[in-house]
Amino acid sequence: MSKKYLVNLKINNKTVSVEEGTTILDAAKKLNFKIPTLCNHPDLNVAGNCRVCLVEQKGGKALTASCATPVAEGMDISTNSAKVREARKHVIELLLSEHNADCTKCFKNGHCELQELASEYRVGDHVFLDLVHEEDKIPDISSPSIQKDDSKCIRCQRCVRTCSELQAVSALAVVHKGDHQRISTFLNKPLDDVVCTNCGQCINRCPTGALTERTYIDNVWDAINDPNIHTVVQTAPAVRIGLGEDLEISPGQRVTGKMVAALKAIGFNSVLDTDFTADLTIMEEGTELLTRLKKALLEKDDSVSLPMMTSCSPGWIKFQEHLFPSLLPNLSTCKSPQQMFGPLAKTYYAQKKGMKAENIVSVSVMPCTAKKFEAERPEMRASGYQDVDYVITTRELAMMIKQAGIEFTKLEDERYDSIMGESSGAAVIFGATGGVMEAALRTAYEIVTGQEVPFQNLNITPVRGMEGVRDAAIEIKGAKPEWSFLEGVTLKIAIAHGLANAKTLMQKVESGKADYHFIEIMGCPGGCLGGGGQPIPTSPEIREARAKAIYEEDGDMPIRKSHENPEIQAIYADFLGEPLSHKSHDLLHTHYKPRKRY
Amino acid sequence: METKNLKKVDIIFECEHCDPIKVLDRTVKRKADDIILDIIDSGLKGRGGAGFPTGLKWKFTKNESATPKYVICNADEGEPGTFKDREILDQVPEKVFAGMAICGHSIGAHEGFIYLRGEYNFLLKTLNEKIDKFNKHLKDIGVDFVIKIKSGSGAYICGEESALFESMEGKRGEPRNKPPYPTVSGYNYKPTVINNVETLVYTTMICDLGPEKFKSLGTSDSRGSKVFSVSGDTPIAGIYELELGMPLKTFVDEFGDGDTKAVQVGGASGHCIPRKLLEDTVIGFEGIPTGGSMMIFNSTRSMYNVLHDYLEFFTEESCGQCTPCRVGCQQLLKGIEAVKKGDKKPDYLEDMKKLAVNMKLSAKCGLGQSVANPFTTIVDNFREEIIY
Repeated sequence: MSKKYLVNLKINNKTVSVEEGTTILDAAKKLNFKIPTLCNHPDLNVAGNCRVCLVEQKGGKALTASCATPVAEGMDISTNSAKVREARKHVIELLLSEHNADCTKCFKNGHCELQELASEYRVGDHVFLDLVHEEDKIPDISSPSIQKDDSKCIRCQRCVRTCSELQAVSALAVVHKGDHQRISTFLNKPLDDVVCTNCGQCINRCPTGALTERTYIDNVWDAINDPNIHTVVQTAPAVRIGLGEDLEISPGQRVTGKMVAALKAIGFNSVLDTDFTADLTIMEEGTELLTRLKKALLEKDDSVSLPMMTSCSPGWIKFQEHLFPSLLPNLSTCKSPQQMFGPLAKTYYAQKKGMKAENIVSVSVMPCTAKKFEAERPEMRASGYQDVDYVITTRELAMMIKQAGIEFTKLEDERYDSIMGESSGAAVIFGATGGVMEAALRTAYEIVTGQEVPFQNLNITPVRGMEGVRDAAIEIKGAKPEWSFLEGVTLKIAIAHGLANAKTLMQKVESGKADYHFIEIMGCPGGCLGGGGQPIPTSPEIREARAKAIYEEDGDMPIRKSHENPEIQAIYADFLGEPLSHKSHDLLHTHYKPRKRY
Repeated sequence: METKNLKKVDIIFECEHCDPIKVLDRTVKRKADDIILDIIDSGLKGRGGAGFPTGLKWKFTKNESATPKYVICNADEGEPGTFKDREILDQVPEKVFAGMAICGHSIGAHEGFIYLRGEYNFLLKTLNEKIDKFNKHLKDIGVDFVIKIKSGSGAYICGEESALFESMEGKRGEPRNKPPYPTVSGYNYKPTVINNVETLVYTTMICDLGPEKFKSLGTSDSRGSKVFSVSGDTPIAGIYELELGMPLKTFVDEFGDGDTKAVQVGGASGHCIPRKLLEDTVIGFEGIPTGGSMMIFNSTRSMYNVLHDYLEFFTEESCGQCTPCRVGCQQLLKGIEAVKKGDKKPDYLEDMKKLAVNMKLSAKCGLGQSVANPFTTIVDNFREEIIY
C-alpha cells in the first residue's frame, strides 16, 4: 500500500493536518466543527447531491460540497461564512418546498434529519412556493413491510445507494429527470410486486419519513386491550441489544431484563423469547446438516444439495428466490426462529396452557422488517391460523413503551415467562453475523464427537467479525461410531452478511468454485443487530457496539449450547419427539418458491 | 478593452487547401510534447463554452500514469440555439477525426469516442462509413488509435462532461463530483481528454497552419476564431465563423434586423444582453463567452416568454440529483409565473434573484450554476416585461 501523505489546511482559521484523501467534512470533524449533511452516510459511497454540507473555499468561485471534496494543501475553508449560511438555508428551504412537511402526522416526527435542520436554521417564514405534488401524497402501502411516501422524499438517494451498494438488489432506483425525478421501483410497480427483499435497510438510512416500516402498533394495542384475547409476545435476540438506543440509552447496552419488564407493563399476557426457538432451530438445522452430510458423504447420494444454507433471514430468502432460484434446494428447510415460535405458540403452548389457538394473538418484536412479510407468507399457517399475527420492529416497541408512559431506564429487570422463555447463549448470538454458524457448530460438533467444540470458552472466534464474506474450516476429530464417516473430515463453512456480500458468495457457489458444506447468510449488514427494524441511525461503529453486547450476553448465559436448554429437551420429550420428526416437519419446516426478477 | 472588427474567417470549413489526412500523417510523426506545446502556444480554449485551455488539458492527461487513456469528442450539442457541431460533423468530419487521432497520439490514448447527440442519429450512417475509412487509414499508417461512436439518448445534461461519461458507461446521466477532473478520472475513471467538436477541428488546423496563424486572430484573452450559430430575428440566420473579440454592437449591425432588442449570447444558459449594453459587450472570454449560440430578439418578442421558455427547459432538463438545481429551477419558473399573475408582489423577484445567485454558488454542475445567467440578466434588464 502506498504511503499516505499529510495535508495541511485551515478550517475556520484553525490549522489541521489530515491524511490525503480525507474529505473536508471529516477534517472539520477533527476540529469539532460540525457541518450538516443529508445525503452523506457512513455506510455509503459519497453522493454530494443534497448540497447542505457546502463550505466556502478561499479563492473559489462557487461553494464546495465538503462531503465530496478531498482536502488539498493550503486550503482555507470557512464552514460558517455569511455566504455559506445563506446558501445552506436556501438549500434547506428548497428541500422543504418540495417536502410534504406535515410533520406532526409523520411517523418520523422527532426522528427526521430534515426537520432537525429546519429547526436549527429556523426556516419559519415560507419564502418559496409549495411544490409538493398531490399525486405523491398517496403512499405505497402494498408491501407488508415497507411504506414509501414520495411526498416526503428529498431525493438524497441514500435508499438507492443502500439498495444497490449494500444489498445488490436495486429495487429502488432514480427515474426521470428535473421536476419529474423520483425514486421509484421498476416501472413504478408497487413495492410488493418487485424484487424488493423487504430488508428495510433503506428505512434505516432514509433521513425523512419517505421510507418507513408498515406499522402494526394499533393492531397490537387492540389485541392487548381485548379481554378475550391471550397475547403472547416473542422477542428476537437482537432486540435486547438495540432497543435501548431508542430509549435514551447509548449503543451497545443490553436491556434484556428491562425489555421484559416493559412488555409485561404494556400488558402482554405472556412474554416469551424467540431465543427459545433459535435453540430449536439449531436442533433442527444442525440435524438437517448432519443428515445431508451423511447422505452425501456416506450414502454417496448426489441428489443432496450442498452447501446447505441457513434460512433464518427472510430478506435473504426472498433474495434467493428472486436471484438464485437454482440454489433454493440448498436452503435449509427450517423455518426461521420467529416462524417456529408462531405455530408452537398456537399448538404446544396453547395445549400446555389449556387455551384455544383462536384466542391467542401472537406478536413478535423483531429487528427486522422482512419478518412482517415472512409472517404473511401463505406457507406460515402450520397451526391452522396465521402463526404469527403481528410483527413489530424494535423501533415500534420503543414507541409503544413511550406511549404506555413507561420510564424505561428506571425499570427493574424481569425474567421471561415460561414455557418457551428459556434459552441459551447460542441463541442470543443469532443476532450477530456468524452467530447461527457458531451456535450450530457448538451443537453439531458435540452431537458428532461427544466433545465440546475445540475453542476456548466455546467462543468460535474465526466465524466472528464484520468482514463481509468470511470462511473457516474445522476438522472433526473423535467422531462417535455412528458418525464415523465424519472422522477426519474438514468441515468447510462460509459466512456472509449484507446481500451484496451474499451475492458474491452465491455467484461463487453457482459457478461451482466453492466447496463449502455449510453457509450462513444474514440479509443485513452485521446480521440481525443491523436489521432494518433496529433503531436509527446505524453505522459500522454502532453495529460493532451492538455485536459486542451480543457476545457479552452470550458469555453471561448459564447455558451456552442449544441442546442443553432444558425447555428444548422438554419440548422434544413431550411434543415433537425428535429433530426432523413428522411433527417437526409439519410445524417447523417449510419450502421456497422461485420468484421473477422483474 | 481590446476589440476587433467583425471579420468572417474560413478555417473550420475550408477544404481547398487543407487535407486533414495529410495533416494527420505529418503530425503523428512529430513528438507528442511538441504538438502539445503548439496547442498551448496557440492559446486555444475549449469551444464548448467553458473555455478551458485545450493544450493544458492534453498535457495534464498525458502526464497521468494510469492507462488506458481516452479521447472523447463531445458532440452532444444540446444548448438551445447551437447547431454548428452538426454542420461541422456533416461537412468536415475528417478534420474532427484527425484532431482526435492527433490528441490520442499526443496523450497516449488508443481509443476515441464521439458522443453523438441522440437527435443527430441521422448522421450516423455516413459518419460510420467515414470513420471506418479513417480507422483503416490509421491502421495503414501504423497509428494505434480507433474511433467509435456512442449515441446519446436525448438528455441535455449528458453534454456535461462527467454526466457524459456516466451515460457512456451505461449509467444514468448525472454529473460527478469534481475533483477529480476528467484529465485524471474520466471515462471508466481513466484519464480522458474530452473536447468539443469544434475544438478538435481547431487542433487539426493549428497543426496544419501553425500556432502563429491562429494567434494572429482574436484578442490576447480570446485567441482565434469561433463558429457561431446565429438565429432568431435575423434575415441571415445560419452558421458563421468569426474572429473573437468583437463588440456585440458590431455583430448586431451585421446580423440584426434593425429592430434588435436583445441578444441571448451562449444559449439558454448564457447571458441576455439588452440593446443599451451592446456597445460595451465583447464576445470572447474576457467579455461574454459563448459556445456559439447567438439568439437575436427584436421588439416584437416578450422577454417574459423568453425567460419562461428557458426556465421550463431547465426545469425539465435538470438531472434532478442536486437540490439547488432540481428545486431551484422549479421555484424560479413558478416564481415568475406567480409575479406575472399577481399572486406574488413584484419584489418577489428580488428573492428569486437571491435564489439564482445561490444556485450559482451551490449547484453541483454547470447546468444549475448557469441558470442565474439568463435569469438575472433578463430580470434586471426587462423587469417591466416580467411583472406586467
